[in-house]
Amino acid sequence: MLIGIPCEPREAQAIVAATPATVTALRRRGHEVLVEHGAGERASCPDVAYAEAGARLVDRAGALAADLVLQVDAPTTEQLALMRPGGAVAALMAPARSPELLDALADHGVTGLAMDAVPRISRAQSLDALSSMANLAGYRAVIEAAHHYGGMLAGQVTAAGTTPPATVFVVGAGVAGLAAIGAAQSLGAQVRAFDVRPEVAEQVASMGATFVELEVEVGGGRTDGYAGELTEDAERATQELYAQEAMTADIVITTALIPGRPAPRLIDAGTVGAMRPGSVVVDLAAANGGNVEGTVADERVVTDGGVTILGWTDLAGRMPAQASQLYGTNMVNLVALLAPETSGAPGADGVAEEMAGTPPGPAPTGPPLELDLEDQVVRAMTVAHDGRVLWPPPPASVRAAPPPPTAPEESAAGATARHTPDEVLRDPRRRRAVVLVLAVLAGVGAAFAPDELRMHLTVFALAVIAGYYVISHVTHALHTPLMSVTNAISGIICVGAILQVGSNSTWVTALALVGITVASINIFGGFTVTHRMLGMFRRAEP
Amino acid sequence: MTLTSAVDAAYLVAALLFLGALAGLSRHESARRGNLLGMTGMALALVATVVLAVSTAERGAVTTLLLIAAAMSLGAAVGIWRARVVAMTGMPELVAILHSFVGVAAVLVGINTFLGDGYAGAAGVSQRIEIAAGVLIGAITFTGSVVAWAKLSARMRSAPLMLPRRHLLNLVVVLASLVVSVWFVAVPGLLPLLLLTVLALALGAHLVASIGGGDMPVVVSMLNSYSGWAAAAAGFMLGNDLLIITGALVGSSGAILSWIMCRAMNRSFVSVIAGGFGADPVPGSGGEEEAGTHREVGAEGVAEMLRQARSVVITPGYGMAVAHAQHPVARLVERLGELGIDVRFGIHPVAGRLPGHMNVLLAEARVPYDVVLGMDEINGDLASTDVVLVIGANDTVNPAAIEQPGSPIAGMPVLQVWEARDVVVFKRSMATGYAGVQNPLFFRDNTQMLFGDAKAKVEEILAALSA
Repeated sequence: MLIGIPCEPREAQAIVAATPATVTALRRRGHEVLVEHGAGERASCPDVAYAEAGARLVDRAGALAADLVLQVDAPTTEQLALMRPGGAVAALMAPARSPELLDALADHGVTGLAMDAVPRISRAQSLDALSSMANLAGYRAVIEAAHHYGGMLAGQVTAAGTTPPATVFVVGAGVAGLAAIGAAQSLGAQVRAFDVRPEVAEQVASMGATFVELEVEVGGGRTDGYAGELTEDAERATQELYAQEAMTADIVITTALIPGRPAPRLIDAGTVGAMRPGSVVVDLAAANGGNVEGTVADERVVTDGGVTILGWTDLAGRMPAQASQLYGTNMVNLVALLAPETSGAPGADGVAEEMAGTPPGPAPTGPPLELDLEDQVVRAMTVAHDGRVLWPPPPASVRAAPPPPTAPEESAAGATARHTPDEVLRDPRRRRAVVLVLAVLAGVGAAFAPDELRMHLTVFALAVIAGYYVISHVTHALHTPLMSVTNAISGIICVGAILQVGSNSTWVTALALVGITVASINIFGGFTVTHRMLGMFRRAEP
Repeated sequence: MTLTSAVDAAYLVAALLFLGALAGLSRHESARRGNLLGMTGMALALVATVVLAVSTAERGAVTTLLLIAAAMSLGAAVGIWRARVVAMTGMPELVAILHSFVGVAAVLVGINTFLGDGYAGAAGVSQRIEIAAGVLIGAITFTGSVVAWAKLSARMRSAPLMLPRRHLLNLVVVLASLVVSVWFVAVPGLLPLLLLTVLALALGAHLVASIGGGDMPVVVSMLNSYSGWAAAAAGFMLGNDLLIITGALVGSSGAILSWIMCRAMNRSFVSVIAGGFGADPVPGSGGEEEAGTHREVGAEGVAEMLRQARSVVITPGYGMAVAHAQHPVARLVERLGELGIDVRFGIHPVAGRLPGHMNVLLAEARVPYDVVLGMDEINGDLASTDVVLVIGANDTVNPAAIEQPGSPIAGMPVLQVWEARDVVVFKRSMATGYAGVQNPLFFRDNTQMLFGDAKAKVEEILAALSA
């Protein structure tokens, strides 16, 4: 198909959606690439280089009329007007905050693919542009901060005296936060970091930073891999923590974003005022309103107290060549997903390696665009298609721990095939009916049973339920010990045999003795073997 | 306080201790404490019962006490001896045979109850129902466990027994048991009771015999549950709450465990209980065997591959247990750790012949348990793994489960090892696994086969790595 690379609509955007290297990769997949004159200029990709890679250089209308238009910023109305109905455009679209854009896409019949709506699942990692850009932004944030800080980040002991290392406090340990931690760490600073999701503490520690602990349970995790909003109590506790940490830090880097919402306010003017003069705050959320009070997007603000607040929103764009290469690779992987090659094509993951290889192949007859809306990744990204707005997508879950299994789906209508008993039970309505029938039977049975039996039944029912709850969260590794211990416990049948030994019938006594013997094998053998097994489990030495 | 109320109090405490034992055993941190709680509860229950039995004995108190002590010491000696000497690889057999003892005891207690007072006509209708139920479940548990034991210890062929019309056969036996039970309840007599016992014994043996050896983990866990229900039934006939509570605890926990495993294997729970589920012929599974060429690699080659790797995942299966390879594997893990390579284990929920079998073996070899991950925990990481060592696993790493809808194991969640950069499969030969399905993994481009005894091969790799 034809892939178009127009100049970015925003003058300030230095990143371009394809570099000569990614053009080669796209062409190897059989696609023809149309690049608008000057598209890669600011990313140090001259037109000549594109031409050498096999792209055709065209004017604006030519690039926009392609089957699939790749760019960084969302298309403008002017751009949309030049696009082909039935065509598609992939860009960072902030779909939650741009309803007009989605409507416009639908009106023009253009398929919109939001690169910032890629779900955070392993399979989609290779096209997650937000991650690749955040990675750069985090690194750049430290460089910008170091530039404005006016001091060394590393500590030194010299004949002329000792300078302590700078303290960097990073809020939010997502991709950007972790990248910032790594960069600050390698410049020699002392790095402290915090995130409302306590489970990332390990990742923070792995980057060499200290994770600041919060005493309150915050529960800020969501199931889509991002952090969520907090409860009031937790809100207050974290505020105190931010104030305390910010006051002792030389550089504060905030990276808190909640998808589809304005950025949470983490640091208020009071805290900024209490910071040391000369210290620097970098607010990576400036584009969404900022985490810090006093942030102005794309500007450097110096407060009365001498604190510098940087609100750059183009941190990744300040390293345009690499940013373009990474974004372009995300785009190649997207194309691989949308237009799969028919004959044993390598998956999206294999594309990156292909780029370095041989020169472009013969004339482009690449596979056409196939929008598989059944695919979770494609569905999540597609914000407009076929004249309809498809945002928001159905929820997807990617948290480390799987959520509790959802209710089984209703069996398909019209399925007349023979049902196995299990399938019957999977239908919730039937299952309810079965439970109801059983309950009624049990109730009737109990009502006619003698008093004593009824009491025993009560005990029995309660014990069954207790057993169910006690066991339902067993660790997989303990299945065998658990089974051998329950086995030992079921040797309790011995009690029955013991009570019968005293009978004056020889037969009964003899049988009871055999019963005691075998049950005892069970009891003693079961506990001993469990003990032996448990003795073997150990944890790694720290 | 009468003796009975004291005994009842002791029973209550024992029941709570058992509950604590099960709760403790569901987490590593509290597992040992759980076992201790179980032992304490058992000791308490037994002492209380002995006191009660001696004081109510129709024979002399001393005789009764001596008889109990003798029987119990004999059982204890045998039990502790077996438990101490059993190799960890023989654990499934031991657990299976232990289940059969509970079954026997339940049958004996049931018959005894009838002989004791039922024969005299003192037992009411409800008690006779209870006796019938106890004997039925006990006998099924007994023969079922014995067959499972025989299959696991290779005393019997592990392939499913395929009698013609076996489902009909089962149904007939079940109906016959019901008829005989009704007969027994209506006209108390030893004949119907013994007949019922024989029918149940046959049913138990046939149910398990028709299940293939590969599905034994679920079967063993199911029999564990049955043994609990047998104890509970005994509790009903004796009017003993401790037996009821404990039996119900064991029964329901065993059932839950089996349920968890069935879900892991994408098997139908109901058909497991009914037996013979592993053997249903699946239409369209036969012809499309994916033939292809496989690549072989030597131990030195694997050592070199490991040296170049940054992350390694080991997915063991029953073959590791058979070859007793867990100790060299543990040393391999240690060695790779020294080389700075990240090594983890990926355990399929039904790897081995017993739930958690692999974990027990690895624990025996002193592999730290926090590098031993479950299937769900490791699957997402396999794509970014450099080398996967498949040691004696087959069906649990078979891509056909995902890619071939007609395959007998279609839909079963598997370890997606083929997503890793390189896969090394340790195997004796190109034979199929328990499910009898060809494994396309062996013919993948990124798969290499290392033929031979797993233990010897791992040791060779170790030697190459140390050189």
